[in-house]
Amino acid sequence: MTPRRRNWMLLGAAVLIFAVVFAWRLLFLPSALAFAGGHQVDLSQYQGASITGVPAELANADPVTNGKYLAEATDCAACHTAKGGKPFAGGRPFKLPFGTIYTPNITPDRETGIGAWTNAEFLRAVHKGIGRAGERLYPAFPYASYTLLTDADVLAIRGYLSTVPAVRQENMPNSFGFPFNQRWLMAIWGTFFNPNTRFRPVAERSAQWNRGAYLVEAAGHCGECHTPRTLMQAMNTRRKFAGGQAEGWNAYNITGDRLSGIGAWSPTDLASYLAKGHALGRGVASGPMAEAVALSTSRMTPTDIAAMVTYLRTIPPVSSKASPAMAGPAPAVASAGPSDNPGGKRLFEGACASCHAWSGRGAVTPDQQLTGNRAVNDASAANVAMMILNGIGSPEHSGAFMPSFRAAYSDEEIASVANYVTARFGAKPSRVSAADVRKMREE
Amino acid sequence: MVSMRVNDEMTEVAVDADTPLLWVLRDLLGMTGTKFGCGIAQCGACTVHLDGVAVRSCRLPVGEVGDRAVRTIEGVGSTPVGARVQQAWLDLDVIQCGYCQSGQIMAAAALLAANPEPDDADIDAAMAGNICRCGTYVRIRDGIKRAAQHG
Amino acid sequence: MADAVLSRRQILRTGALGGAALFLGVNLRSADVALAAPGDNATFKPDAFIRIASDGRATLIMPQTEMGQGIYTGLAMLIAEELDLPLDGVVLEAAPASDKLYGNPIFKVQATGGSTSMMGYWMPMRKVGASARAMLVAAAARRWRVDPQSCRTEAGAVLHDPSGRSLTYGALAGAAMRETPPTEPVLKDPSKFRLIGHSHRRLDTPEKTNGRARYGIDAMPAGVRFATLASPPVYGGKVLAIDDSQAKSLPGVRQIIVLDDLVAVVGDTSWAAMRGLAAIDIRWDDGAFANVSTETLYNDLEQAGRSEGAIVVDTGARDSLIGDGVISARYELPLLAHAPMEPMNCTVHITPGHCEVWVGTQVMTMTQRAAAEEAGLTPEQVTVHNHLIGGGFGRRLEVDGIRKAVRIARLVDGPVKVVWTREEDIGKAPYRSVYGAWMKAKLENGKPVAWSHKAVGPTVVGRWLPPAFNGKIDNDAVDGAAETPYDFPSSFVTWVRHEPRGVQTAFWRGVGPNLNIFATESFVDRVAHEAKQDPLAFRRVLIGKHPRARAVLDIATEKAGWGGALPPRSGRGISLQFAFGTYLCTVAEVIVADDGAVSVTRMTTAVDCGTPVNPDGIISQIQGGLVFGLSAALHGRITLVAGRVQQSNFHDYRVMRMDEMPRIEVHVVRNAEAPGGIGEPGTVSVQGAVCNAIYAATGVQLMRMPIDQALIAKDLQA
Ligand code: FES
Ligand code: FES
Repeated sequence: MTPRRRNWMLLGAAVLIFAVVFAWRLLFLPSALAFAGGHQVDLSQYQGASITGVPAELANADPVTNGKYLAEATDCAACHTAKGGKPFAGGRPFKLPFGTIYTPNITPDRETGIGAWTNAEFLRAVHKGIGRAGERLYPAFPYASYTLLTDADVLAIRGYLSTVPAVRQENMPNSFGFPFNQRWLMAIWGTFFNPNTRFRPVAERSAQWNRGAYLVEAAGHCGECHTPRTLMQAMNTRRKFAGGQAEGWNAYNITGDRLSGIGAWSPTDLASYLAKGHALGRGVASGPMAEAVALSTSRMTPTDIAAMVTYLRTIPPVSSKASPAMAGPAPAVASAGPSDNPGGKRLFEGACASCHAWSGRGAVTPDQQLTGNRAVNDASAANVAMMILNGIGSPEHSGAFMPSFRAAYSDEEIASVANYVTARFGAKPSRVSAADVRKMREE
Repeated sequence: MVSMRVNDEMTEVAVDADTPLLWVLRDLLGMTGTKFGCGIAQCGACTVHLDGVAVRSCRLPVGEVGDRAVRTIEGVGSTPVGARVQQAWLDLDVIQCGYCQSGQIMAAAALLAANPEPDDADIDAAMAGNICRCGTYVRIRDGIKRAAQHG
Repeated sequence: MADAVLSRRQILRTGALGGAALFLGVNLRSADVALAAPGDNATFKPDAFIRIASDGRATLIMPQTEMGQGIYTGLAMLIAEELDLPLDGVVLEAAPASDKLYGNPIFKVQATGGSTSMMGYWMPMRKVGASARAMLVAAAARRWRVDPQSCRTEAGAVLHDPSGRSLTYGALAGAAMRETPPTEPVLKDPSKFRLIGHSHRRLDTPEKTNGRARYGIDAMPAGVRFATLASPPVYGGKVLAIDDSQAKSLPGVRQIIVLDDLVAVVGDTSWAAMRGLAAIDIRWDDGAFANVSTETLYNDLEQAGRSEGAIVVDTGARDSLIGDGVISARYELPLLAHAPMEPMNCTVHITPGHCEVWVGTQVMTMTQRAAAEEAGLTPEQVTVHNHLIGGGFGRRLEVDGIRKAVRIARLVDGPVKVVWTREEDIGKAPYRSVYGAWMKAKLENGKPVAWSHKAVGPTVVGRWLPPAFNGKIDNDAVDGAAETPYDFPSSFVTWVRHEPRGVQTAFWRGVGPNLNIFATESFVDRVAHEAKQDPLAFRRVLIGKHPRARAVLDIATEKAGWGGALPPRSGRGISLQFAFGTYLCTVAEVIVADDGAVSVTRMTTAVDCGTPVNPDGIISQIQGGLVFGLSAALHGRITLVAGRVQQSNFHDYRVMRMDEMPRIEVHVVRNAEAPGGIGEPGTVSVQGAVCNAIYAATGVQLMRMPIDQALIAKDLQA
């Protein structure tokens, strides 16, 4: 063997090893609770109080109430209700990189909904991502998380869903092109990325922590948005909760990292955010998170919120670039802000300052505070621009409200005001362009 | 029951604490000088002072007022700056339909209290949130300058 | 005498919304009979407009509604001028409903609009004052046994200089009531005017600075409850079903009312009502117009523009408008909302056999009749309390809201104040229509030898005041097109009536001339451009028999520094007009950024509205009118998707804010001509002036409003 040839072979071997390791890392990811160490045991073997099902407050409630509580904890309504549509009748579009998918009707209508499904079929869909006709479901449906739910809880949800008004509404076909329209590929995906195991508590941890883990990982499926995705579109649990994306919005780092995560948040901050969508000086849940709060976390009992907080505070810190350190207070006088963006300033003074104030501390209610808000300190300004485009809430309902400025303000204008806001109130000025805004409009 | 100080007097109202201050003033206290224009903090017609700071009462739940002093257009004349602004408004015939003007006067008075000599940029920054459909902007600007001079 | 003034040519031909056929003098005698309460002889009530108590306190009854235009002050000045009444301390009162006593001399009905107030009331109100003055003088002369000719009046008193005696009007109140009014009162010589032509502070403003002014929305009858309503999202829709299970249990919600085409909630506060309404799930039957969209509106308009239309002016241009040298263009205006600062509202109390209404309306008697119809009563059984208006702009010429409020009130025990949310106010209203103008001109040797203008749009007059529409030509719709300041050798002006589907159209500040002046002035610049001439020089040559037009053109362009150097991508644009009996020219200056963003930096206007009754008030109206027009030019846009209006509040229906303001300068021409209208001309001039300035700055001529930044940016790159 000539040295030359040996070199080639060595190189080839190195490449091969690298590829294998790479593939291995891509295909085999740590489980959701792997970070916690200890021993994961079967639910039946866990010694503490009950971890699944409804919280103690609802112990004596009727099955429908319980099912409803669980359906809220799993936030079925958000995805399975179209804007302005009937609850659970589906039809809400999700734009994915390879096309648009529409959520199906899960009302009890026998033809277009799931009224005719057997319990086994329902369980199979939720746990394994397999549809009634055996077709593979796309993981936009978070079965990789829901698979952790117990059979009893899934069937309790089913029981509740069978009591909601049946709506006759045909499902909309998705718009995927080849090869993404090949549903069987999802079977391979599932083999690797859907563990298809029920929740296994960590023996060494408290019942409260395990309850929190069940709610966050299984029901709340938080990781689906907050965990970055691998090339294979699986949740990259090696960077668990380090931040991801959802419908054009940034889903922020919720690890224990003090700088880029929520390590510096007090338990009260976290509880308030989950229960009310807002934590003083931390920001307001917006976009998909606002929906998650409105339809799910805000409806949970204080003990369950506390359990989620307990669990979330144990997520190991992972630092991410998207979230730099928060800027401190902003100047209260109008003239003191960034001077290179007069257009942005003008829009801010007309449409924004009445609520947010020149200091960014909120002029009327605390939830209007911009300083200390993660979105405002995110130099991509994605969530700021999305918020300006989409607004939040409605004027007659309590809770955060901001109108949508989409209709009357140009791409250039929205970009300039978003850049003004990050420059004035955030850690680093953003450089959102009109073209970026044009794309965001389509989300 | 919510109690608060409005124009130097303590008042109590039996109302849901979520109710915006605007509607408590107008509908329950009969103080109709504060106007409803948009309900979403985009027009400024409902501007009042909370401890001297201009605030949109249409978005302020009455339960959040607490012990901060509320001042409305009915009471702004008893502050020296407020009286000066009112006089400047009359001197220059600023007002047309007048519907926005309670809010304009409250915003202008708060501006001058914080900044006795505002320049054009300061005036824009403080007043651009107050819409006037009649288009009295030229005179509002002049009125603020006049009230500043006479301070 | 009044007839002589009011039948002046320009009034008939212009903004008077219907012209001569509608003329009606104010009937002073009938007023006298109707209002002089028997036995109350301590008060001098010579007619329906003046009351002077024995303590000298004077009250003037205002037949026109004050909505910011300053008409209370203007009309009071006319009366006070002839009556020599000091204006300080005068009480101004809104007139009750009566076409007979208070009908607008131009419309015949008690309506405020079309910039007609000064035109219509200039003579009648002066006669009212002069007549009352004659009676007071006669009473004093009788008491002193002197010749009335030897008496004079000053500051609310009759004086007899030879004897040094004087009596205040208050002291003469009872005696003057017994005098006969003169058949033809003698009016002052204009050279003696002490009020007219001199700026007077507005009389309605002190209460507007301290929160005491009462608008319709401030009405507070004892025991009033508060309501808000939802109308169908698609015009002509109906309620199919509602789910109010959540709303019912909200605090402060009292009553839920479901009618065939609206849902209302009554509450302890307006907020409770609004929150309650938001909690109701309403299913609507959209009816026939769910397929209407902005595109279909413009397509239909274009289709309509293909038809011939009714001929308004034909001086032989048609045959010339063919072949080489013919230039053509089409200009379009979008749907617009009025969005007055005071949202729509109406307070109603119905008791057996009676209906009481508190509202700010531009149309008192129409309001009374509409309320009567909906309440199932006669107009006499309806009392309307008119209020100050927080912005009309044409919106309060409509009684749709009054009808709805009365229908709601029929089901409510006690008085109920219905307040529209801003979302309802902007999203479900009568709108300024879409309009189109098809323009053609033929150039020969750098001169336009033929001109044609086809205006396409609805007739609002035809619905609003049917007798004023002859079925062929709507005078308002062709105002500004039928007669221009230009002497074209031949012209051909037509009007195509086109009622857009799925929207209710309404008057909007500037009415017909908005389209016609925009189109004419844009097209004049276009033709000047083709002729390679300066727009000012081109206009100067075209103006023939209109010295007043030439004067305002000269003043405005000179003050604006026409021809002076400008920074790059800046331009000046002219808009010249004769409408509403007033000549006006505006020069706009703009600067256009690379991304197509337009900033209007300066507006210079010269206006000749005849005798300027209250010059500062005129300046104020022009300033405001320009801002209103700028809002439309820069941002104004109501769009429809699936029959639904997309805009709802000031975040998506943008209007000018203070920081977008250009420098504004207004120059008022003084002359002794009869007054023209002033509320609308300023608004009308904006779009032409600004678009011409953009044209000058960039070479891009915009044909459809509002200004489209993206379109300019694209053309700039091309
Ligand atoms: S009503 Fe409050 S800002 Fe418009
Ligand atoms: S004065 Fe009418 S809205 Fe400002």
